[in-house]
Amino acid sequence: MEIPYTVSARRDTGLWNAKVGIWLFLASEVMLFGGLFSAYIFLRLDAEPGDWPHGLLNVPVGTGNTAILIASSVTVVLAWAALKMRDLTKYRIYMAITILCGVTFLVVKLAYEWPQKFEHFGAFIKEDALGKYEPYLGNKHLLEKGLSPRKEITGHLHNKEALSDPNIKEYEIALDPVYADPTNPAMDRPHFWPMPATEKIATIEKSDVKYANMFLPKHSAYFASYFTITGLHGAHVLGGVLVFCYMMLPASTRIYRHNPEHLANRVEVAGLFWHFVDLVWIFVFPLFYLL
Amino acid sequence: MSIKGFHILFIVVSTLLALGIGCWCIWVDLTVGEPVYRTGAIASFVSAVVLIVYGVLFYRKMKRLRLIT
Repeated sequence: MEIPYTVSARRDTGLWNAKVGIWLFLASEVMLFGGLFSAYIFLRLDAEPGDWPHGLLNVPVGTGNTAILIASSVTVVLAWAALKMRDLTKYRIYMAITILCGVTFLVVKLAYEWPQKFEHFGAFIKEDALGKYEPYLGNKHLLEKGLSPRKEITGHLHNKEALSDPNIKEYEIALDPVYADPTNPAMDRPHFWPMPATEKIATIEKSDVKYANMFLPKHSAYFASYFTITGLHGAHVLGGVLVFCYMMLPASTRIYRHNPEHLANRVEVAGLFWHFVDLVWIFVFPLFYLL
Repeated sequence: MSIKGFHILFIVVSTLLALGIGCWCIWVDLTVGEPVYRTGAIASFVSAVVLIVYGVLFYRKMKRLRLIT
């Protein structure tokens, strides 16, 4: 049985069916991501001064990933245009580059950026103990400059067992540069190239800590939002890559041989989805990495 | 909207992002004073120009191939 309106437009909508379907789907996606972005913005606006982490993400890596996604949007359109020109070889080349870009994005995110966060540690100091850790926080200096105070000390946790063992009474942290030299503006975040933790070790008593954890979703509303939104976005990238892989299989070539316009239409709806996913990243990047 | 229209919109938004990153780099350079941000700003503005040129060429090519009418 032939499925109607896969190539020709319906008279009532003026569109072929898949195009109506993809736009309805993208409308629901706008609501999904829109809700998450709104939640992030309101959480951030409601945060107390100094409570919201800042400059913890790797800007050059994020910029590189953004460039990769923009490039993939270009290649997917070129793949579609190649099909329109009935050039199957070029279509395959451009589609392969698109898949490669998507996979590279995911590898960078899952094998580099996320694990880097899991290795980092932060301890929020209780209000009444902030003075005790002034040599690391440098809040007097910040106050003089009219800047928000620091309430968290971050770095690499030396005694990881302290997180689960109640008998260990303190955290030993190899400090991030900003806490090793808190009055030096050059050490302050953001850094273009991420600076590794220093060799200066701080001992923080657990009784002075309001909350401490590795940079996991439970660390803060910031990281909960970061992992939720980038994770959901990553799932969309993976979905797009799988669809593109399907479009490289012999089954798709058979569709092309039967009716090239049918495959071109399929690539167009997949390309629309891909553009939407990339557009979401265009908003994720400045929101999390820059602002 | 077709993929051509969405692609042009995407390139416009990407161009705005590149300009935004450039401005952000200048702002950080002025406040933190790391000269590497100046290079970042230049790279961002050059990227914005490249995107604009690409967008115009894409539109012209689609029109020439009668994929945009």
